[in-house]
This record gives sequence, C-alpha cells and structure tokens, in this order.
Amino acid sequence: MTLEIRISHRFDDFRLEVDLTLPGGLTCLFGKSGSGKTSIVNAVAGLLRPDRAHIVLDGVALHDLPPHRREVGYVFQDARLFPHLTVQENLVYAARIRRQRPEGMERVVDLLGIGGLLDRRPGTLSGGEKQRVAIGRALLSQPRLLLMDEPLAALDEARKAEILPYIEALRDETGLPILYVSHSVPEVARLATTIVLIDSGGVGAVGPATTILSDPATAPLLGLRDAGAVLAARIAAQESDGLTRLETAAGPLWLPRIEGSPGRALRVRIAAQDVILALHRPEGLSALNILPAKVAALHDGQGPGVLVRLDLGGEFLLARVTRRSAQAMDLQPGLAVHAVLKSVAVAQADVGRRTGGDSD
Amino acid sequence: MTDWLPPEAATALALSLRVSLVATLVSLPFGILCAYALARWRFPGHGLLNGLVHLPLILPPVVTGYLLLLTFGRQGWVGAALWDWFGLTFAFRWTGAALAAGVMAFPLLVRAIRLAIEAVDPKLEDAAATLGASRPVVFATVTLPLILPGVIAGAVLAFAKAMGEFGATITFVANIPGETQTLPTAIYSFLQVPGGDGAALTLVLISVAVAMLALALSEWLSRRVARRIAGR
Repeated sequence: MTLEIRISHRFDDFRLEVDLTLPGGLTCLFGKSGSGKTSIVNAVAGLLRPDRAHIVLDGVALHDLPPHRREVGYVFQDARLFPHLTVQENLVYAARIRRQRPEGMERVVDLLGIGGLLDRRPGTLSGGEKQRVAIGRALLSQPRLLLMDEPLAALDEARKAEILPYIEALRDETGLPILYVSHSVPEVARLATTIVLIDSGGVGAVGPATTILSDPATAPLLGLRDAGAVLAARIAAQESDGLTRLETAAGPLWLPRIEGSPGRALRVRIAAQDVILALHRPEGLSALNILPAKVAALHDGQGPGVLVRLDLGGEFLLARVTRRSAQAMDLQPGLAVHAVLKSVAVAQADVGRRTGGDSD
Repeated sequence: MTDWLPPEAATALALSLRVSLVATLVSLPFGILCAYALARWRFPGHGLLNGLVHLPLILPPVVTGYLLLLTFGRQGWVGAALWDWFGLTFAFRWTGAALAAGVMAFPLLVRAIRLAIEAVDPKLEDAAATLGASRPVVFATVTLPLILPGVIAGAVLAFAKAMGEFGATITFVANIPGETQTLPTAIYSFLQVPGGDGAALTLVLISVAVAMLALALSEWLSRRVARRIAGR
C-alpha cells in the first residue's frame, strides 16, 4: 500500500504544506498541538477541503471523492458514538446504511473485547469502552485506511494501557494501513512503524520508527526529555525473582516482569536519559544491564547535553550525557563503550508487542 | 353534537382542529428545511431568511393577513397563478384559514426545530460521513432521530398557535360560519350577539385547555431531546 498526501492550505494564522509518500503499517504523525496533524487526517478523510490537495491511496484519487465515498475509517479523539443508538447499532451503522450484512463482526468484537457492551447506550460507557467501540465501528465500515486522531489523548493512563494492546493487535493482525496522530512519545515509540514529524504546518522528518527514534539529529525534535530509541527484543525466560530476561541483538536485558511466554517478540523503548555510558565494563554496580556498544554518532544540543547514538550490533540506542562527560571520556564515533541501564528505569508502558512473535 | 355546545360552536371547533392540523402538517417539512438551513448553512441571505421567518411574530397580524390577501387572494400574483394552474384557491376558504394559521405559527415551529438541530454536534454528522453516509442519509439516520422530539415539540406548539390564530385569519378569509369561522373568530362572533356569552365561555375554556395541554406536551418532549442526545 502507498498513500500519497500532497496538501497545501492556508489557515488564518498558519500555512499547511505537506508532501508525503507513506508505506503501509502504522504511520504516526507526531507534532505539537496546533502543528497541523489533525488537519492532515481531516483532509485525507475529506472533512477538510484544502486549497490544493492530491491524496492518492493505492491509485485511487481520494481528493476527487466526497467523504462518504472515500472508504476511510476515522477514530476521533472524542469517540463520537451516535447517542441514540446502542453499541450494537453503532457497530453495524456502516453496514446498515449500505444495506449489507455486517461482515467480520465477531472477529472485531473479539479483537476489541466489547462483546459485553452490545446492548448498552454510549452514554453509559467509560471513556476507554467508548473508544474501543469507536474503533470497532470504524473497522466494520470495511475501510481501506484507518485514521486515528489522538484516540488515547482524552483517557487516563490506566485506560490508555487498556487500549494500546488492541491498537498493536490492529497493526499486526489486520494488515490495515493506519495513520495515527499523536503528541505522546511513548505512544509513538510503541506503535509506529513509520514516523512523520510535523512542525508548524510542514514535514520535519519522515522515516522508519527505529531510525527516527535513534537518530540523534531527529530525536530531539520529539522533545529531549522524551528522546529514546526502540529496541527489538524477544522474551528469553521468566526468572524466579520477578525479572524477565530478554534477548536483544546486543545481548541479554533484564527488566521487571513482562507478561508473555518465551519467544514473544517485543519492542522496548529506552529513554536516552536513562542510559549511562562507561569506557570499561563496570563492576560492583547495582544496574543489571550492561551492554557493549560502539559510539555511532554524536549530536550536540543547545543545552549542556549531547545525544549519543550507540550501535549495539545492528540495533541502536540513544544516550543523553553532558558535554563535559563526553569530553572527559573523549567520545568519538567508533569508540567502544558500555551502555548501562537500570532495569527498573523501563516503564511497563514502554514495552509493547512487535510483529514476528512466535507465540502470539 | 351535545346540548352544552351550540352547533355553530361545535362546527367552529371541528374546523379549527382541521385547519390547525393541516397547517401544522403541511408547514412541517418546510419548517425542518428552514430550521436546518438557518442552523447549519452559511449563505448570502441567511439574515434575510431568518428575518422573513420571524416576520409574522413581529408584524401586527392584520398586516400579515392583508399581505396574504395581496399575494394569495384571487387577484394576488401567487393566488392568481395557483388558480390558473391548479384550480387552487385560498380566498374565503378554509384552506386560506390553514395558510394564515400556518404562516403565523411558522416562526414557533422553526425556532423549536432550530434549537434542536443546534444541540446536535455536527461532529457526529462528520463521523457518519466517514462511515459511508451521504448528506441525505446522515440527515435521515443521525440528525433527524436526534431532533425528532424537538420537531414534535415544535409541531405541538405550532398546532396550539394555529388553534388560536385570529387577526391574520379574519383579515385574509373573513369569518364565514362553516367555512372560515375558527375557534377564536367564533368566540368573537358570540360576544357580538346578545346571549352569546355562554357559548363564548365554553369555547374560551376549550382554548385554554388546548393551549395548556400543548405547552405541557412540548415541554416534556423538549426534555426528551436533551436525554436522547446525552445517549442514556
């Protein structure tokens, strides 16, 4: 699948100018609020008519079609369920207006765990439940592309944790291309296969998620505090003291218990500020994870910090250290170092699933 | 009919009910269209349409009746055309009374429906469009069900207003017993003749009852609209 988006639109206070060609998978549009992310998905859905638009999905010119003929599902930040209909009636709405039998109902209801809600009215659902029903309703319209505009932004952490696995399952199991708007780095790191950085109405950077997140030049655009690379990992063993041993390209990694049986593929986001660098393998240290690495690149920030890209044998990590340390250690590309990471520094929310798992 | 209601009074009541029902039902589709246009569309002439719809509320009813006579009378430019093409005439007929009642009740009808439409979040209509619904389908499956109680409330109010219409009716179609003599014009006539007070009082009580009932019904329906939109 390819999605071409070329938009130019003048708003009262800023200009949106976008030229993108996107692959399948889950593409995150990341940027500050007001940067134009939502306008882009609205243009794809046809809810915004830009001054100039060239939006083509697999050869179909969407910009020529009215919204209802675009076959684009849309999950809004505020679920927008129809209040006069039950959950069941909301789910089959698209099929009903086309006078078709709803297809794949059972699968979608299972995937989203909404079987127990079918007879309820939207007004009686929690925020997380509403959002899952909204996702189901969009999926059951048999879309060729799914748009999600900050579907988790209005939810608290517990509800987010409830829904994230469903979105991962969508990404990995349905093969449906997803355009996902977010301004939360942990969310992007967990979900994205492709990242588009949107900055004041234009495209700041585009690329595969792992590259964008571990590139010291683009990572700061996501916010320095939140900078951090994503590591592909696989569960190796559940150990008796409550830790889970992961296999990564760089060696074993111990993290607090992660559910899943050995072999399960994961992506783990490791924040740059949680990584410590050492020239020699440290001893007598409480941190469990000491990974041999090679400095790949350095990127000076505006403050006292330096972002260091570490090559761990094909996988990349980011470390954020002070410029003073970088000079004292004489960090140079090619230098062999050890990356030290406290197990407990990795939050549960930063561990997500990944396609290619053997056991799920 | 019964001995407590003189035959002329019974005739006037029956005619009033027929006139008001026809006036309400015929003006309903136009009312919904007008309300939707005023609530949802921005177009040149928006203010003008809004003014025109509300005019009967502000003008002296006699003026509205006279304007109706000028346009829909046999010599009026619309009235003459309708007569030539369809053999339809309003002048001094009960249909004219219905037209006058409909025009006078129209502002109330439109206001109630417009309020209901404005309470519906347009974002819901956008959501329906992304699910494959064209504009008319969105209206039929989302907007209309959500505003239905508001539409009914507006219709009930319009019906009650039509039942009470006096000035425009008597100016446009006069006060002909059995043809254009409605409840209010009948009350007026009874009060003009000696010994008519009894019948007039009965009709007054009926009028009060209809008005109260309509108001209560419309209140109750408005509250339903709010509950429906909340989705519980």
